[in-house]
Formats: sequence, C-alpha cells, structure tokens
Amino acid sequence: MLNTWLAATLAAVVAGVVGFFVVVRGETFPAHAIANGAFAGATGATLLGLNPLLGLASFSLLGAGGVAVLRRRAQSDVATGLVLVTLLALGSAFVSQTTTYQGQVVGLLFGSLFGVSHQQLLLLGAIALVCCVTVLSLFRPLLLSALSPDVARGRGLNVGLLNAIFLVVIAAATTLSIPVVGTFLVFSLMIGPAAVARRLVISPARAMALSVALALGLAWTAIASAYATNWPVGFFVGTYAGVLYLVTNWWRRSR
Amino acid sequence: MMKWLFEPGLVASSPVAHAIFAGAAVALLSAVTGFFVLLRRQAFAGHALTDVATTGGAAASLWSLTPLLGFVVGAVTGASALSVAGDERVRERDVATGVILGIATGCSALFLYLTSTSTANTGVAQQVLFGSVFDVSTSTVALVVLISLALVTLTLAVARPLMVTSLVPAIAAARGERTRLLGWFFMLVMAATVALSALITGAVLSTALLVGPAASAQRLTARPPRAIALAALLGLFATTLGVILAYDSFYWRSSGTGLPVSFFIVIIIVAQYAVAGRMHRIRRSN
Repeated sequence: MLNTWLAATLAAVVAGVVGFFVVVRGETFPAHAIANGAFAGATGATLLGLNPLLGLASFSLLGAGGVAVLRRRAQSDVATGLVLVTLLALGSAFVSQTTTYQGQVVGLLFGSLFGVSHQQLLLLGAIALVCCVTVLSLFRPLLLSALSPDVARGRGLNVGLLNAIFLVVIAAATTLSIPVVGTFLVFSLMIGPAAVARRLVISPARAMALSVALALGLAWTAIASAYATNWPVGFFVGTYAGVLYLVTNWWRRSR
Repeated sequence: MMKWLFEPGLVASSPVAHAIFAGAAVALLSAVTGFFVLLRRQAFAGHALTDVATTGGAAASLWSLTPLLGFVVGAVTGASALSVAGDERVRERDVATGVILGIATGCSALFLYLTSTSTANTGVAQQVLFGSVFDVSTSTVALVVLISLALVTLTLAVARPLMVTSLVPAIAAARGERTRLLGWFFMLVMAATVALSALITGAVLSTALLVGPAASAQRLTARPPRAIALAALLGLFATTLGVILAYDSFYWRSSGTGLPVSFFIVIIIVAQYAVAGRMHRIRRSN
C-alpha cells in the first residue's frame, strides 16, 4: 500500500507538470491516444509473458512516434484518431488470444491498487525524474512554440523537434501513471488539474505549480476513496477531475 | 482462393449474414457522418462520444438491458454534454471534451467493475469495448438498418447548409442559417452513428469507421458527393471483409480462438488509408 501511494504521488507530480503543457499546447487528443494505445502494449506483453511495463513503454512510444510522423501529412485529429484505433485494435486482438483472468485486463484499463514492487518503484522514479527535468529545462521553448510557433521559428527554435520531444514526454508520463490509475484515466489526471489551474492562475509557472498540487490532491483522494470502497481508482480520478473542472468553470463564469 | 476465403458454413450462417447487413448499414451512415466530421474537425468529439457510448453499454450490461439501448442513451447524453460545453476555440473545446470523456470513462470503470463482481459475466468488458457482432439478433439488425437509412436521408437533406456552416460559420450565420441548431443536430447524428457502429466494432473502435474511410476518400477526390460515395464503398468493403475474415479466423488455429471482427475492420481501414495516401502522392507528383 505504501508503494502504491508513492507510485501515485510520482504519477501525480509528473501528470501535473506534463499536463500543464498538454493543455497549453492543445495536445489533449494525442495524450488520450497515447494512453489508450499503451493498453495494447500491456496486453501484448502479458500474452508473451513479458513485464507489462515494458509493453506499456514500447507501445506508448510507438503511439507518440506514430502521431508525430502522421501529423506531418494529415489533418492532426485524423492522424491521431487513426493511430489510436490501430493500437486499440491490436489490443483487442491480444485480449482475444489471452486466456488469463479478465480482471487483470480491466485493472490495466481502469486502474487497480495492485502491489507495486520496490524495483518497479525505482524504475518509475527514474522515469519521473527524466520527465520533469526535460519539461522544466525546456519550459520557455515549449511555451513559446505553443503560443506562437512563428515567433519561435524566427528565434531559431526547431519547432518540429520540440513537438516530437514533447510527445515522447507524454508517452513516458503515461507509462508511469498506468500501473496506478489505468490506461483510460491517466489522461484525466493530466488534463483535469491542469485545465483547472489554467482557469485560476495566469502566470505559467504558478499555474504549473497549482496543477501539480491539484493533481496530488486528486490522486490521493482517489486512492483513499478506492481503498475505502474497493471500487476502481479510475472511477474516482475521472469523476473528481470532472467535477472539479465543472465547478471551477461555473464559478469563473458566475463572477 | 475461394475455399480459402469462404470457410465451410459461412454462406449458410445467419449470424454472418446479420453481421454483414448491419455492417453495411453502419458503413454507409459512417461515410456520410464521417465526411462532415472531417470538415468540422470533430474527430476528437467523435471519439469522445464512443467513450460515452461505452459507458452506456456498460450500464446496460449492469442492469441487463440490450446493449444498443445503452449505447444510444450514452451517446446522446454525451452529445448534449459536448454541445453545452462547446467552445469556439479548438484548444478549449478539446479540453472540455477531454474532461467529459474522463467522467464517462470513470463511470464505465465503475459499471464494468460492478458487473464483473455481481454476475458471472466476466467477458463483459471485452464485449462492450470491442464488440460482439455475431450476437446481433434479426430484429436488432432490422432496427440498425432502418435507423441508419433514416439518418443518412436526414443528413443528406441538410447537406448544403451543414457544409456552409462547417466551412465558414460566420457567412452561414449571416445568411440566416441556424449554426447552433445545425451543430447540435450534427452532434446527435454523430452520437447515433457511433452508437450503431459500437454494435459492430465495439464502442472503442467506432472511431475507425467514422474517420478512416472518410479520410481515405478525401485523399482520393475533392468533390463532396464523390468523397461520400467513395467513403461508403471503402467502409462497406472493410466491414464485409472484416466479418468474413473474423469468421474464418476461428478455423485458422486448432484451438478455435478466433480474432475479433473489430481487429480486422480496423486493419483493413488503416491499410486503405495508407494506399490512398500513396496514390495521392503519386498523382500529385505526376
């Protein structure tokens, strides 16, 4: 339980940091696609008897790469959608061939409080560190290329490369969060707190800090609720994030 | 070749015939809807609707209702929520869509969990998410075909104003078109499309049929009527061949575990898209 809690804390910090840029840069759909695609990797790894984390990592990278490449040729949302369904279809094929207990699959999809080992925790910590360092060291370029790509190009930034790097960061953050919140809801943990923080605070650095704080609060309350009720963690992450967003929106509008 | 494609009993099998009929109807509807989805850049909204439809399907399985009812109610609820949350700016719209999608997915998680703990139906998650077209009954097929044809007619009837609103909303509004009403109408059509194809491909993969054939067609022709017709043909090909291959796949290995229909349909659609892209580039370079 302590390990799960530590893993969730790591996931929340990274989701807060990365999620802020996902929202600012308008990468909501790619983030969702990468997370869903990763599920296929986990089922594939289970089928082959490999470590699910390996499958998660390779497929979320595959998804990020697919979106980055296809996006240059096609309308962005179409490219993302096609990558998403391809990976999910592979997942459905893997699931149909797996004879293991369905509950494990559902756990991967929607999150479960299954034990996270010490070894895994170290690995997750390393991924978290890399994600945070990358995003924080590229803070200004990432922000500038999102807000006005032309100015960024004028200043000599490689916008295409930045976009690709950021997709890889999303993939890493996704891999990290899935063991706790599940593939389908990693995305809620990234989007919800960041969207709320951006509504409340204008300064980017402060908004990011608030987004991390909210993600932590969200992850902790969700885990506590899941522990108390025995329901899937994903349910609490999804609905709490949704309610938080709707309430903030309504409050901002009524003022 | 024929023997390889048609395993024994394929033609005589009524589940296969049902699946092919329902698949054809859904492919036609998806082609018409998909064309406008691309025009309006609503692929993400379309995908979010599939997730909300999943929630409906999961709720239906929890209360032992027919999945179609669940898919439809879920998708229509989602469509209303998305219309209300709709924002002019794409980024804000995407975030709102994402949050609604998150709530829906969270609820699916709960419903599927409750179903798997309260009944012996352990395969339910897979069924809702990835489809079970061979279980569709005759009356459901008839219903699917009827609704599809009605929606196709309705959408084509407003095709012109819908196109103008999608491309240049300001001009459409100035010409007295009711942009909001049309947007809301289209969201509902999209919801119905997604709900119907959820029966065939499973809720999560409805996006493939919605976006794929239309995107391939768009690469091959610029004229709207042709693009819609071509998308319908491509979709029809994908669903029919997908159903046949899925049926055959039960015979490929001695263990008798086939591959899902949705898997084949998506692979065919993606292959079509790749080929269409190639042809597009060859033609452009000539």
